Amino acid sequence: MPPFLFWFFALMTLGFGAGVIINRSPIGSALSLVLSFIGLSTLFLSLNAYFISVIQVLVYAGAVMVLFLFIIMLLDLRAEERRKINVVAFAGGAAVALALFVQVYRIIGALGAARQAFPPLRSGNTDDVRRVGLLLFANYNLPFQIVGVLVLVATIGVIVLSKRELR
Amino acid sequence: MDYFLIGTSLAKIAGLLAVVLGIMNYSVYAERRISALIQDRLGPNRVGPAGLLQPIADAFKFLLKEDFTPGHVNKFYYWLAPCLAMIPAIATLAVVPFGSTLFGVPMVIADINVGVLYVFAIASLGVYGIVLAGWSSNSKYPFLGGIRSSSQMISYELSLGLAVIPIFLVAGQLRLTSIVRFQIEHGWMIAPFIGDWTNIGKWLLAVPMLVSFLVFTIAIFAETNRLPFDLPEAETELVGGYHTEYGSMKFGLFFLGEYIAMITGSAIIVTLFLGGWHLPLPSWHGGFHWAVVNGSAPGWRGIIGGIFNIACFFAKVAALLFIFIWVRWSLPRFRYDQLMRLGWVFFFEIALVNIFVVAVIVAYISK
Repeated sequence: MPPFLFWFFALMTLGFGAGVIINRSPIGSALSLVLSFIGLSTLFLSLNAYFISVIQVLVYAGAVMVLFLFIIMLLDLRAEERRKINVVAFAGGAAVALALFVQVYRIIGALGAARQAFPPLRSGNTDDVRRVGLLLFANYNLPFQIVGVLVLVATIGVIVLSKRELR
Repeated sequence: MDYFLIGTSLAKIAGLLAVVLGIMNYSVYAERRISALIQDRLGPNRVGPAGLLQPIADAFKFLLKEDFTPGHVNKFYYWLAPCLAMIPAIATLAVVPFGSTLFGVPMVIADINVGVLYVFAIASLGVYGIVLAGWSSNSKYPFLGGIRSSSQMISYELSLGLAVIPIFLVAGQLRLTSIVRFQIEHGWMIAPFIGDWTNIGKWLLAVPMLVSFLVFTIAIFAETNRLPFDLPEAETELVGGYHTEYGSMKFGLFFLGEYIAMITGSAIIVTLFLGGWHLPLPSWHGGFHWAVVNGSAPGWRGIIGGIFNIACFFAKVAALLFIFIWVRWSLPRFRYDQLMRLGWVFFFEIALVNIFVVAVIVAYISK
């Protein structure tokens, strides 16, 4: 991928990521997150990680965010747009974020490896679907099955809870 | 920079877009003529010979009407929604192989190794256009239409995704050009026994493949909001559904986006199940056999072969479009709860069981 495309999509990811928290309207936030996901998936694409890149769009942008948007629309969160900015909370949040940033910066700065130039990223094997599948079903089969059961339990739990409310 | 690649890609994009937009315009005309035929009417037959210039007149009507924005809408999203309805449908076509080769250039814009997943990923973004149109209109009926459509599309996406898994089990590939090549060598997915008539495993395989084809096609009907699944714009209940508040070309983009989505859906069905651009021709050179025509022959025969493949592909797409139209004017609309029950209780389970059946056949019998 040419460098200017990398910078474009990196800025798109970060810019719309910031848009998620800056935007006052919940719909705007949700759509910013979608665009941020699309930028991120393009960055995966530049590493030849086609599978992860497409799944990023398919699962997050295509399914999860549609449900988010759906719920935001049903809830009608107009009050959020009208609320005034609480200056004290804003300053407190900024201070915490700044402190965290300084900490991370100093810890990384103390690492020897961080001072060296970053080695160029190698593009991966293009047959990544097969490789991901083999890893998942051969090496990590048990954890994968456990996650499957966990998700099933969560699904049944949601159905039971929502049915009980109806009665 | 590979200028040859960029140049041929741009030429392919321009060519495909021109052909698809042409098919889109004339599928609207075909819809009106065929509906007239089915209902024993005449249909549009005044503009040009047999009404063939009607689509051009319609396009001018859309463009020249006053572009009115109601005062109560959320302007930014109101303008954004029609674009979002149109773009994903067109972008999906990027990975569809619409021909073999022409002048040695493969007739597919982007041959990526996750072809089918790309199709689903981009198609799943199409719901944003409809949802945003329903929400930003700030009015009852569009909102109901938007909500209906988003839940409908999410529900049927599951059946859509599950229905193609048998194809991966059989072909072992996600790349669309590889799936087409597999079908040329081993028989079309809808009829895997062709050319291998005595293989019982392949006859057995044909049954779940047919089920898969039917589930996939019906799910495409639901995804494109076509009758009998056009609940998001059911005019008897919701006036016009999600595009009630739209007019002129903005309405046109929704209207034509639906036809583009139909064309894209048909192209995917053709590629996955009906052999893509492949059409075997009988040949008597040294005994009877089926000859594969493609663009690899030298000279003008290669060029004619390449054009023949492209024509085959679009002929198959046109045949499917005819079925889309035929169904629309033959079946009544479902009730909404029936539609959801059908998706979740019927098609989802069938597609799921189908995967196991195909897996068993592929693992034990077909090999």
